[in-house]
Amino acid sequence: MLSATFGIIERDLRLAFRRKGDVAQVLVFFVIVASLFPLGTGAEPNQLRAMGPGVVWVAALLAALLSLGRLFAADHADGSLEQLMIAAHPLAATVAGKTIAHWLTTGLPLTLLAPLLGVQYDLPAPALAALVASLALGTPVLSLIGAVGAALTLGARGAAVLLALLVLPLYVPVLVFGAGAVGAALIGLPHGAHLSLLGAFLAFSIVFAPWATCAALRIALD
Amino acid sequence: MSTSEIDLGERSVRGEWWLRYAAPQAFFPIAGRMIPYFGILAVLFTLGGLYLGFFVAPTDHQQGDAYRIIFLHVPAAWMSMFLYVILALWGAAGFVLNTRLSGMMASAIAPTGAMFTFLALWSGALWGKPTWGTWWVWDARLTSELILLFLYVGFIALKASIDDPRRADRAGAVLALVGVVNVPIIYFSVQWWNTLHQGASVSLTKSPSMATTMLWGMLLVALGAWMYSIAVSLTRVRLIIRERERELAWMRELGG
Amino acid sequence: MNWGSLGAFVDMGGYGLFVWGSYGAAVLCVAIELLALRQRARRPAQNERGPAGDSA
Repeated sequence: MLSATFGIIERDLRLAFRRKGDVAQVLVFFVIVASLFPLGTGAEPNQLRAMGPGVVWVAALLAALLSLGRLFAADHADGSLEQLMIAAHPLAATVAGKTIAHWLTTGLPLTLLAPLLGVQYDLPAPALAALVASLALGTPVLSLIGAVGAALTLGARGAAVLLALLVLPLYVPVLVFGAGAVGAALIGLPHGAHLSLLGAFLAFSIVFAPWATCAALRIALD
Repeated sequence: MSTSEIDLGERSVRGEWWLRYAAPQAFFPIAGRMIPYFGILAVLFTLGGLYLGFFVAPTDHQQGDAYRIIFLHVPAAWMSMFLYVILALWGAAGFVLNTRLSGMMASAIAPTGAMFTFLALWSGALWGKPTWGTWWVWDARLTSELILLFLYVGFIALKASIDDPRRADRAGAVLALVGVVNVPIIYFSVQWWNTLHQGASVSLTKSPSMATTMLWGMLLVALGAWMYSIAVSLTRVRLIIRERERELAWMRELGG
Repeated sequence: MNWGSLGAFVDMGGYGLFVWGSYGAAVLCVAIELLALRQRARRPAQNERGPAGDSA
């Protein structure tokens, strides 16, 4: 099963590499959204610093959401998803592989890019570190939960907006504690508890989300 | 004849009598007979609770008579959460028992649950304005209610977007189960977030000191709301059954 | 009894707008829900034109 998973990761990464534009688009969206807020609210430094954690986190959420559309849809459209489902390896391996590949091409770049945006909001170094740490723990959860939504809305009418509607409420805990960690670091409070909780969410999602995604895929492709 | 009907036949022979009623055909007339009773109970309980709330419970010395909104707000909030859990349970039942009725019941409950969620939010805002000064208070319960509304709307939207009813039922069940597992997590997160960002906001959960009459008033209205939900859900599920099974002989005979 | 007169009852100690605004919304929602159900019952059980839009 492990080798099947790695096989899927490799496949999806290769596919993503061929369409670098898709990956880049998500990152550009991230930067644009984060840059819009000051234009809307004014660039007063204290205000920016206070809203920085929340803004960067929400922008990351939305960017992750955008990228979920291509998690299963492309393979579903050309029939390769069905092939993967009836292949010898368990569906869970496919789901795990695709989710990991999704994170590698979305969550990880977002996490690495985030400090630059944090600097735009004049976040001090400890807050930047907390930003990276919280995103590193949180973005995999976004991929895991997002996969459930992507599978549920496969082939549905208006899938993109519906996906957002389904998945954003479920993202709330990650947002609260992710941005909360950065906010705490910003004012010099310890944020270990936030990160631990994010880690707990990650563990919880790793255990339960793939099951739900498999169930949803089987329903969609029955 | 679908597999589930064959299964049900065998199982009811083997003694699982209640599964017989899981067939829409058997459930349809029973639901029809029960609706009036639940309707009457709904009216009685609600009127009883409102009587206590308006004519027996004293005026609160802090909030004046504005607090009487809780006799609507709290039962609505309770029902919104309760109905979501019931909806998820029907979804789970559909997975385990592979019954058609389960998905129909979940569909039948959702709009009523969403309505109660909306009423909880609306009455919460109207309660917040005179007592705390703002139309919207970002306290833990109201914010969680708002997210619960999104969960309901998402469920209804997902079902509406899938053409095949059976597929829609199963997808909805997965979504509801994922949602119900997340609701406590969401509530906990929002509660934590709220204590941190207190600021000027005061919690709406700090209700006036609960005189017994107030509690009884809320409980009775809540019971009334529950009876109402059952009556409405049964009515709606009969309509759903009628729409989905219209091709079958038994429905044609009923003239549906 | 809490209320001296019908006027006092409606006024709710000055908060009448908020209290009746809440209960009024509840009555309205219930009325809409029941009316929608009745309308749906009157419609001949039509062809499922596509979506399993049961929740109405």
